[in-house]
Amino acid sequence: MFELIGVAPQALFGQLLLGLINGAFYAMLSLGLAVIFGLLNVINFTHGAQYMMGAFGAWMALNYLGIPFWGALIVSPIVVAIIGMIIERTLLRRLYNLDHLYGLLLTFGLALIIEGLFRRQYGSSGLPYGNPLPGGTNLGFMFLPNYRAFVVVASLVVCLVTWFVIERTKLGSYLRAATERPDLVQAFGIDVPRMITLTYGFGVGLAALAGVLAAPAYQVSPTMGSNLIIVVFAVVVIGGMGSIMGAIVTGFGLGVVEGLTKVFYPEASSTVIFVIMAIVLMVKPTGLFGTAK
Amino acid sequence: MRFTAMLMAAASVFAVSAAHAQTPVKVKIGVLNDQSGLYADLGGQGSVWAAKKAVSDFNAASKGLQVEVVFADHQNKADVGTSIARQWYDVDGVDLIVDTPNSGVALAVSQVTKEKNKVFINSGAATSDLTGKACSPNTVHWTYDTWALANGTGKAMTKNGGDTWFFLTADYAFGHALERDTSEVVKANGGKVVGNVRVPLNNADFSSFLLQAQSSKAKVIGLANAGGDTINSIKQAAEYGIVEGGQKLAGLLIFLTDVHSLGLKTAQGLNLTSAWYWDMTDANRAFAKEFSAANGGKFPTDVMAGVYSGVTHYLKAVEATKSAKDGAAVVAEMKKIPTDDKLFGKGEVRADGRQIHPMYLFEVKKPSESKGPYDYYTLKATIPANEAFRPLDQGDCPLVKKT
Repeated sequence: MFELIGVAPQALFGQLLLGLINGAFYAMLSLGLAVIFGLLNVINFTHGAQYMMGAFGAWMALNYLGIPFWGALIVSPIVVAIIGMIIERTLLRRLYNLDHLYGLLLTFGLALIIEGLFRRQYGSSGLPYGNPLPGGTNLGFMFLPNYRAFVVVASLVVCLVTWFVIERTKLGSYLRAATERPDLVQAFGIDVPRMITLTYGFGVGLAALAGVLAAPAYQVSPTMGSNLIIVVFAVVVIGGMGSIMGAIVTGFGLGVVEGLTKVFYPEASSTVIFVIMAIVLMVKPTGLFGTAK
Repeated sequence: MRFTAMLMAAASVFAVSAAHAQTPVKVKIGVLNDQSGLYADLGGQGSVWAAKKAVSDFNAASKGLQVEVVFADHQNKADVGTSIARQWYDVDGVDLIVDTPNSGVALAVSQVTKEKNKVFINSGAATSDLTGKACSPNTVHWTYDTWALANGTGKAMTKNGGDTWFFLTADYAFGHALERDTSEVVKANGGKVVGNVRVPLNNADFSSFLLQAQSSKAKVIGLANAGGDTINSIKQAAEYGIVEGGQKLAGLLIFLTDVHSLGLKTAQGLNLTSAWYWDMTDANRAFAKEFSAANGGKFPTDVMAGVYSGVTHYLKAVEATKSAKDGAAVVAEMKKIPTDDKLFGKGEVRADGRQIHPMYLFEVKKPSESKGPYDYYTLKATIPANEAFRPLDQGDCPLVKKT
């Protein structure tokens, strides 16, 4: 069967695996977006900039403080999450009662400002960041760099833990309840505004974590987030806005689809996700895993 | 504006007090390039500084020229670039546009410049079509082009045993031109192109393409891309052990700022072709030192040096013609007088608008060999001026009379 489409099975397995690796980044970023949209009803356009800040955080930790990659994996998302929470407290909070559009405009503007500041300071061509896990394993059908294997495993763990916390624990049920009826939950003595701040911080932290993971593989540059964010939004739309599991499954799934496109028709690899988005929107406007509200 | 007014006042006072007491020839230079995107580091504000430096080194005021330098961001969009060019030429009285990286924007601005009979000196763009099919009596291409890059890196690697090639090509005008020119060089030197893949611009992950290149078993993987795309492909090639596996990477267009961004640990051993490097002569080092002091410790690229050199030669031509208004006449003068300045040395501007100078083949140093900031290259070979660029009769430029 494989010979029919003109590609050896080995090459195909390799590309499937690569697709999963790419999908890991999509999944983590769209997961953060889905959490923020699902619980705060804010379309967080700053997500790409926060991903970029995560990567720069790793670079700064290494070059200014001497903290290696493994430390940065914890420090950088926490710092970026705190910055995110300050933004939520001081700016985003004022827009909850208005249309989605205002939140979108605010976060988009913030993204441009953050990007501009980083470009001013560090230039547009980016900074070097070494690979913490050099070398790799020959799987027979492809050479798998150790670092890429680590990225897939780490992101799967993070995604599943997040899904479990939100859908299967008491804390998660508070969160979901607070989005449905904040007044009622507040009446039960739960501090809803603080919970929302922490949720936003968590979503932003996920973006920053993806950024730290990206630093050794991709160029650490001010525009790395804006290049990726549009694709990630398409992933969220395909999965269904606000659906946690939808974001994870479509993230990995679309990574694989994109990977295969890179073999059969590379010129289309940057557009294939949007074609799928258009089709999904026509057939099921709420997204593959979404439910109409 | 107030500063400009003061300059103008000062210049006019100077002109009046000068012995010949003529009204000065007004010249306005516009630096049009990427100020904020992926090519901002290789040109950007550095090119603006270089243009201003050329004006002050030329002592324009004492030679009866009153020069003003302005700049704008074309955002790598041809429509933005042409509308700025039109505004500058029609309303703001700009006589010369310089720099303009991004082949797509450059070809469009060259067209507008011809229509308005002004002057366009390109330093940052790569396509050899600017002095080939699309050449113009108003355009001079200064620093490098795809043919020169292919002829430098492509020839050297093919001759050193890299006789089978696989291309990773950026899927737009520049990538296609670079792949075409390099393929021709490879074939002319007895090599073979075994495959290629066209990658959309601004692609972050090259794993899939690198794996295709790896399984092609080609000895050389040619990177016909630029900026972030080149950086990501080199970085990820290291991850997949491509160089360790015996294949060689040929970065066909690599700037000093790209090497800086990659870090020597990843970039070491790369071969590249460039028109200018700061650590070659005392004059270059002095220029770099002054540049660095004025630009927060950054070092100048070949594109910025080309802007300096191009503006210097332009001012000489305007001094000779005594007017900047007729662009074609100024360019004709630029072609008539030989070029000579402290950064690019002696050379000439050919009939097709190509500036001719030597090109240099460099190898990126190991981290242990680098002694200071931006000490990145070792000179491997010098390609003499008469071999560095496409022969005049092979470019299909209509300005060149066929014999």
